[in-house]
Amino acid sequence: MLPELFFAYFAVTITGLSILVITRKNPVHSVLWMLVLFIHIAALYVFLNAEFLAAVQIIVYAGAILVLFLFVIMLLNLRKEEIEQKFQKQWPLGMLAGTLFILFFVIILNKFAVFPAPGEYSIQAIQGEGNIMVIGKVLYTEYLLPFEIASLVLLVAIIGAVVLAKKKISE
Amino acid sequence: MNIGITAIKVVIVISVTMLHVAYVVYFERKVIGHMQARLGPMRVGPHGLLQPIADGIKLFFKEDIIPSGADKPIFYIAPVIGVIAVLASLAVIPLWEGFSIADLNIGVLYILALSSVGAYSVILAGWASNSKYSFLGGLRSSAQVISYEIALGLSLVGIMMLSGSANLSDIVRAQSDYPFVLIQPLAFFVFLVSMIAETNRAPFDLPEAESELVAGYFTEYSGMRFGLFFMAEYAAMFIMSAVATVCFLGGWNGPDFWVFSYVPKIAWFLIKVYALIFFYFWIRATLPRYRYDQLMGLGWKLFIPLALVNIGVTGLVKESSNPIVIKL
Amino acid sequence: MPGTYIPLNYLPVLIILIVATLVGLLPLLLGIILRPKRYYPLKLTPYESGNPPVGEPQSKFSVRFYIIAMLFVVFDVEAVFLYPWAVAYDRIGLYGFIEMIIFIFILLIGYIYVWEKKALEWE
Repeated sequence: MLPELFFAYFAVTITGLSILVITRKNPVHSVLWMLVLFIHIAALYVFLNAEFLAAVQIIVYAGAILVLFLFVIMLLNLRKEEIEQKFQKQWPLGMLAGTLFILFFVIILNKFAVFPAPGEYSIQAIQGEGNIMVIGKVLYTEYLLPFEIASLVLLVAIIGAVVLAKKKISE
Repeated sequence: MNIGITAIKVVIVISVTMLHVAYVVYFERKVIGHMQARLGPMRVGPHGLLQPIADGIKLFFKEDIIPSGADKPIFYIAPVIGVIAVLASLAVIPLWEGFSIADLNIGVLYILALSSVGAYSVILAGWASNSKYSFLGGLRSSAQVISYEIALGLSLVGIMMLSGSANLSDIVRAQSDYPFVLIQPLAFFVFLVSMIAETNRAPFDLPEAESELVAGYFTEYSGMRFGLFFMAEYAAMFIMSAVATVCFLGGWNGPDFWVFSYVPKIAWFLIKVYALIFFYFWIRATLPRYRYDQLMGLGWKLFIPLALVNIGVTGLVKESSNPIVIKL
Repeated sequence: MPGTYIPLNYLPVLIILIVATLVGLLPLLLGIILRPKRYYPLKLTPYESGNPPVGEPQSKFSVRFYIIAMLFVVFDVEAVFLYPWAVAYDRIGLYGFIEMIIFIFILLIGYIYVWEKKALEWE
C-alpha cells in the first residue's frame, strides 16, 4: 500500500507541477517550478531503485540544462515578453491534440498493465553490487557502440553551440 | 530504520554545523586580522569570543528591504534554496567510521548534484533583485560555478577509480593505509582550486568583488536574508573542506601509533577540515583577486585538461599494475 | 516496476531536506516579529552608487555566458559518463580504458575546435 501511495503522490505532483510550468506568465517562475519538477522526477527514479539516474537527473537536467534555459530567458528581454499574450491563437488546436494524446495513452495503457517478470537485474541483484557499478559494467561492455555514438552526438553539440553563438558575437 | 533516531542525528549535525559556521566566521576574522597585523574582534566577550553570537542576534533586528521592482517570490526564496542545498549535503559526509546520516552509494554524485542546485540561489537572487550590480554578480557567479563544477567533478573521478566506489564511507575505508593525496596530487590540486572557485571565495570572489560590483548578487539583500547567504557560503566551505578531507586526506583515519592511537576518529576528521578552512583564509589574505577572463580561462583551459590528464594517467598506471584481463 | 519498492536508505535525505528547509525559513519567520518595518520609496530603490537607477537592469548581457552554459551541458554529460566508468573500472579493465580513451579523444576534437574558435576567450 505504502509504495502505491508514494507513486500516487509523485504522479499527481509531477502532473500538477508540469501544468504550473506551462501556465506561468513569467518564464523565470516557470524555470523555478521546473526545478521542483525535476527534483520530483529524480525522487521517482530513486523509488525505481535507479539512484544513479536520479543523480544524473539533477546534475544534468537541473544543474546544466535548466541553467542554460535560464540564461536564454535572460538573454531575451524579459519585460517585453511579459506583455505579449501568453496563450496564442492555436491553443484550441493544442487542446485537441492534447486530449487525443491522453485518449491514446489511456487505450494503450491497458496493454502495458501486465509487467513482464523481472530479468537478470532484480532489485536485490542491483543492490548487492551497487547501482553505479552495475550500470558501469553493462554500459561499457554490452552497450559499447551506443556509448561511443553518444560522444559523436556530444561533439556535434559542441560544434553546433560554437557555430550558433559565434555568429552572434560577430554581429 | 528508526525515523526518530535519524531525525535526532540530523538535528544534532545541523546545529553543530551552524555553530561551526558562526565560529568559522570568527576564526576567519581572527586569522586575517593577525595576518594583517591587527587583532580582529576583541570587544564582545574575552578576545571577542561572543562576537559571532552578537552578530547573529543583530541580524534578527535588521529591517528586511525588498527593492522596488524586485520579483518578490523569487527574491524571498533564493537564499533559502542556497541554505537547503548546502545543509542537505551534510547527509552523506562520514564523520567517523559508520557515522553518516545517509550512507548512499552515490555519495559523490549527491554532493555534486546539490552543489549544482545551489547555483540557482545565486543566479535567481541576482535576477530577482532588479539591480544592475546584483544581475551582473549573479551572472558571473553562475558562469563561474558551472565552469568549475566540471573540473571539480572530473578531479574526483580518479578517486572513484582507486576506491571502486562513489560511496564516501567506502572511499575513506580505501584510504586506511595511506591517503589518496599521495597518489593523486594533481587531482587534489585541481580540487582545491575548484572548491575555492565553487564557493566564490577569494581569490575567485569575482561575484562579490566589492571594488566593482558592490557586493555582487546579494547587494540588495539585508537583514536575515543576507544572513542566510552568509551562512550558506560558510557552510559550503565546511562541506567542500569535508569532501576534500574524505576524498584526499583519508577522512577519519589518523596515524595509528604511540599516543596518536588514543585520539578519537572525529578529531582527525575535524583537524583536517579545519586545516583546509585555514587554507581558505590563508589564500584570501595572500593572493589578489583574479580578473574574470583569467578566472574563466583558468577553469576551461587549465583545470579541465589537467583533470582529464589525471584520469588518463591513473587509468594507465592502474592498468599496468594489474594483470591484463579482458572480461566481456 | 513502479510502486513496489521503498528506498529506505533515502529516508534520512528526506528528513535532512525538511530540517534544512526549516533552518532556512525559521529565522526569516522569527524576524517578522522582531524587525522594524519603516519603508519609504527612496529606501526601496535599487542601489546604484547613490544615484537614481538608470535603464533596465537586465538588458546588457554578453553572449559568452550563453556559450559557457552550452559547453557546460556537453562537458557535464561527459563527466557523468565518466562516473560509472570510474566506479566499474576494476571490472572492465583494459577494454574499458581503451573505450574511454576513444570517447575522450572524440570530445577532445570538439574541445580543440572550441579553443581554436576562441570561444573560451573573454576579451
